[in-house]
Amino acid sequence: MSALLEARDLVRRYWMRRGAFGRATEVRALDGVSLTLERGRTLGLVGESGCGKSTTGRLVLGLETPDGGQVAFEGTPMPPPGSRAWRAQRARLQMVFQDPLGALDRRLTIGSQVAEPLLIHGRPAGAAEVAALLTEVGLREDHGQRYPHQLSGGQRQRAVLARALATSPDLLVCDEPISALDVSIQAQVMNLLMELQARRGMAMLFISHDLRAVRQVSDRVAVMYLGRIVEEGAPDDVLREPAHPYARALVSALPHPGRRGQRILLSGDPPNPADRPTGCAFHPRCADAVARCRLEAPALRPHADGRLVACHLAHAPAPQFVEMGAA
Amino acid sequence: MPEAPLLAPPVVLAPKRTRRRLPLLAIFALSWLALMLATALLADVIAPYAYTALDLRARLAPPIGFGGDLRHLLGTDELGRDVLARLIYSIRTSLLIAFGATLIGAAIGTSLGLLAAHFRGLVEQAVLALVDFSASLPFLILALSVLAFFGNSLGLFVALLGLHAWERYARIARGLAIGANAQGYAAAVRQLGATPWRIYGQHILPNIASTLIVSMTLAFPEIILLESGLSFLGLGVQPPETSLGSMVGYGREYLTRAPWILLAPASVIVITTFCVSALGDWLRDRLDPTLN
Repeated sequence: MSALLEARDLVRRYWMRRGAFGRATEVRALDGVSLTLERGRTLGLVGESGCGKSTTGRLVLGLETPDGGQVAFEGTPMPPPGSRAWRAQRARLQMVFQDPLGALDRRLTIGSQVAEPLLIHGRPAGAAEVAALLTEVGLREDHGQRYPHQLSGGQRQRAVLARALATSPDLLVCDEPISALDVSIQAQVMNLLMELQARRGMAMLFISHDLRAVRQVSDRVAVMYLGRIVEEGAPDDVLREPAHPYARALVSALPHPGRRGQRILLSGDPPNPADRPTGCAFHPRCADAVARCRLEAPALRPHADGRLVACHLAHAPAPQFVEMGAA
Repeated sequence: MPEAPLLAPPVVLAPKRTRRRLPLLAIFALSWLALMLATALLADVIAPYAYTALDLRARLAPPIGFGGDLRHLLGTDELGRDVLARLIYSIRTSLLIAFGATLIGAAIGTSLGLLAAHFRGLVEQAVLALVDFSASLPFLILALSVLAFFGNSLGLFVALLGLHAWERYARIARGLAIGANAQGYAAAVRQLGATPWRIYGQHILPNIASTLIVSMTLAFPEIILLESGLSFLGLGVQPPETSLGSMVGYGREYLTRAPWILLAPASVIVITTFCVSALGDWLRDRLDPTLN
């Protein structure tokens, strides 16, 4: 079965000017990201802020066009943003935002906003449809008459979810859907997301910096650093025994009862996409870096247990697998 | 509340939108503006005389209460024309000019601002250049040259005053629309697949309308005063037509001997502009659902 959505070597550049008369410098928010989303499966995307997670989400949805590479939805390239075909495609690709209050129009009731995608795509948008959507995400029907500011944060995120699900999308991109919520509400929304996915069988791209949340929902996890995927694999493999030094540092930062003194503290500056280090982007902060890391950027290659890792050292002890991956 | 049941009933109704009483100032402003509107619409019916009718035997007659009689309630001017009748027709002219010009300015400015926000790039640069040009050009000089080249007619005059404050709406609309587009509700609706018409017409415009309406209520008094100023200079409404501003202008020569000629239109200007400002202030609060 072919993948639902396939992204190849996505590159996204921005131009940044330092000072009023400074030269414009290129900022590579994304530097060759490839990922595949299968029907009904979830890909988790983790990494620190500024590493290009959200940009990846927007490119995958087709909200922006990549400067390099290509996104194909069901084998066909994305139509240009704003075109008629692009607008029609929105019914199948939907998004859940980090800030639910900002994503809702504060002048319209929840019910009319949930009905809006149905109206836009010419589907029946009566009270019954809206009520069914609201109940599905765990809101009461009478919430439909309220305004966004009259709901709590968790209820707002449910309303955003109901709106995104209205047209039964095949792919849902969740961009930090729980990071603006209370911890107690986070679990509820996570459970709701998993429940909805089980029921509707849509694919999800789950973007978060919360490793536990990602582990809970994902079938595969990709770790990003400075616009590249450095490790990708099953969540249990990646999060229990990370192969990439950055993923190791990330995982060791999880609070863990009973473990002491094993946190890896990264030294050096946080990454700046405008001033990308040569070779492996992580080498200035990597405790294990060798001379080769400074010269040569590692490619994302299959590792022992089927996951993909972009690190010279992770591959070095088991060269036979490198051969297999290259073959 | 000791008698209240311990458990609230499980059915929760959506909170009723509470209807607050109108503040006194808003009632006053609304009724004054209604009175002005009625005066303008019914001018032909309620005016005691034609605004050009002369009563040469009662020139500069004082208003009732200051030694005048019932024939001329607000007195007469130097030609014996009834001040009340002229005031009623002046209100009609001035309201037409002020409302028309405010609406024209708001429509032009808002559409250009939204166009700039939607297309960005060259369109935005062009609109911004026009905004800066318009903001840096003394309006009186523009008005003088337009009126000198094209002559004076009521339609042209209204259109000219409409250009007075359009750049303000353009700036506001552009800024707010860009903000909404960058993150938040407009971006969310765009990615639902809405057409630009829907995004701007049903989401952005209603959301920024309160700011624009307040801006309109600020521009409205300015336009009344500008019209008064231009008419005072003899550039605006030409005699025998009359407006509030031209009444003040021609009444100034008799300021010491017959101040009523000038004071009657001047007080109408002051009260009307005050009422529009007060109404705008109240509307801004009223149009914001989060404040209700």
